[in-house]
Amino acid sequence: MNHTDGGLVDVLQFLIMGVQRGSIYAMVAMGFNMIYNATGIINFAQGEFVVLGGLMMVTLTMAFNLSIVFAFILSVIFVMIAGILMERLTINPVKQPSVLRLIIITIAVSIIIKGAAMCFWGKGSHYMRHFSSDTSLDFFGATILPQTLWIFLILFFVVVAYIVFFNFTMTGKCMRACAINRDAARLAGINDRKMVMLSFALSAAIGAIAGIIITPIIQMDYARGAMLGLKGFGAAVLGGLGNSMGAVVAGVLLGVLEALGAGYISSHYMDAIALVILLFVLFIRPSGIFGSSEAMRLKEF
Amino acid sequence: MKGRNSAGFLALIVAIIVTPSLVTNDYYLGTLIFAAFNCLACVGLCLLMGYAGQISIGHGAFVAIGAYTSGILTAKLAWSPWLAMVCAVLIVIVIAFCLGIPALRLKGHYLAMATLGFASIVHIVSVAAIDLTGGPAGIVGIPRLDLFGYALNSEKQYFYFSWSIVAIGVYLAFNLINSRVGRGLRAIHGSEDAAASLGISITAYKVQVFILSAVFASVSGSLYAHYVNYIDPGPFDVSHSVLLVTMVAVGGLHNIWGAFIGAVALSLLPEILSFLSDYLLVVGIHYQPDYDTLVYGGILLIIMLFLPEGIFAGISNSVGAVASSVRKLAGKKDDGLG
Repeated sequence: MNHTDGGLVDVLQFLIMGVQRGSIYAMVAMGFNMIYNATGIINFAQGEFVVLGGLMMVTLTMAFNLSIVFAFILSVIFVMIAGILMERLTINPVKQPSVLRLIIITIAVSIIIKGAAMCFWGKGSHYMRHFSSDTSLDFFGATILPQTLWIFLILFFVVVAYIVFFNFTMTGKCMRACAINRDAARLAGINDRKMVMLSFALSAAIGAIAGIIITPIIQMDYARGAMLGLKGFGAAVLGGLGNSMGAVVAGVLLGVLEALGAGYISSHYMDAIALVILLFVLFIRPSGIFGSSEAMRLKEF
Repeated sequence: MKGRNSAGFLALIVAIIVTPSLVTNDYYLGTLIFAAFNCLACVGLCLLMGYAGQISIGHGAFVAIGAYTSGILTAKLAWSPWLAMVCAVLIVIVIAFCLGIPALRLKGHYLAMATLGFASIVHIVSVAAIDLTGGPAGIVGIPRLDLFGYALNSEKQYFYFSWSIVAIGVYLAFNLINSRVGRGLRAIHGSEDAAASLGISITAYKVQVFILSAVFASVSGSLYAHYVNYIDPGPFDVSHSVLLVTMVAVGGLHNIWGAFIGAVALSLLPEILSFLSDYLLVVGIHYQPDYDTLVYGGILLIIMLFLPEGIFAGISNSVGAVASSVRKLAGKKDDGLG
């Protein structure tokens, strides 16, 4: 292998790593968007759903020795219940809340989930076996873990399921109607309260899936939620808040930029790269790269 | 300051004077000194959140910048601590200005996320910029402060000193609130459009109060660095910013005394919990300090759900409600007799 090839292989390796990270950000961002569309709330506990999914999966596969598929389903259901409880106990009872109060409520939930995760799972990070083999495959000179392929595949399925759900099912269409105009949706006989609850459940499920598939690679610990949530929010804003397909593209883009930055600038500042991008997008173009300037004028940032 | 506030302020002065003779244990005095640092930062944050209505989940970063500037200048470059503290304040003013101008154009959730992102970046830099900050190992050998050549060596001296700074901060905050600027800020909180139509320069006011609150945080960071004589990135992660917001929200967003009480109460909470843990053991609950986070979150959630105006307003409202119902009952009796 000569030197120029080595450079190209490096780029390819960084790209693989970036898309892998980006897939996770994309899913976290989709979770943000679901709740945002249904309620206008940014859920500061979104990152905690990811952690909860990952840690539950660790316990079910490693301590209870369940099969991956069975543990996967149980973990997602567990986090969905957490999401529904959050909506029922903390969002639903509050009538006419101010934005400040809603922000602090979701922050409080994130502290509680983080605290509970620390009590149950301890402060250390947790190893989990990969879905299939953990020997890396050769990909044009770069290496790729089978788990990374699982992540790509599952992101693809989540996106397809998302499109099918929101475009071809009655419930999905009802949720979209609520997102567009809640009063009009209610007049058309849609139970908007139920849709809000559903949005928390689905958002928690997507977060849980993201946590489950990344845990074999990053070894989940209780404190990762804040950073995952922030970067996922970065992806959501970059793609235009509320626009989930934009979020997927933006998430992958963010992951790739981060991986390239870590490879060519400094790995110490890797986590800061996505955050600096987040700040620049917020300051310069809060409607995101796919948001139109017309929509930007109508929305409040 | 007028009426109840000046009475409160007098009570604060008396409490500061009396406390060290009641609390003679150095460990508990130390806890109270830490409470003073949080108090100072929270009073500043309350001006921003409660009066201007702008959220910041990034004030831990300003505490960190204050602490690190003081630490680097005094321990590495042997500057005078006072000069270093002033320099930290100047740096924080510049950073808060550069951040505030674009960030305060954002509202609600967006502003919260932008400030949270900023706090996270500052923490990452404090860990990664090893040449400047010492990285995870931090900076050692930060000198104690001296006051007119009189070193503040004992806990009691530092207690008086740090709480005097808090008292000055509270005084300044009340002066600001009762000024033209303070009324302008409250107008912005009520409705930005209405305030603008009355000729209030919204951006300028918001940025100014953001800078002022950042200065409070910076001074509290400098005081912290000179008290513990050692800093590392550990205490300045994002959760510190969240903790400051928690303190302000628990005490009461719309009142300086609320933020004050929230800061003191939550700073002492770990001590209170470890004190209670002996009693909890009797009822069969084996309480560990690890549960503290859960308790913090629980308190914050309960306050936000049931007492959204915070403990302070909750108490004064219920006292007012009791007083008025007593008055009503008394009134009815009078009617009956008449």
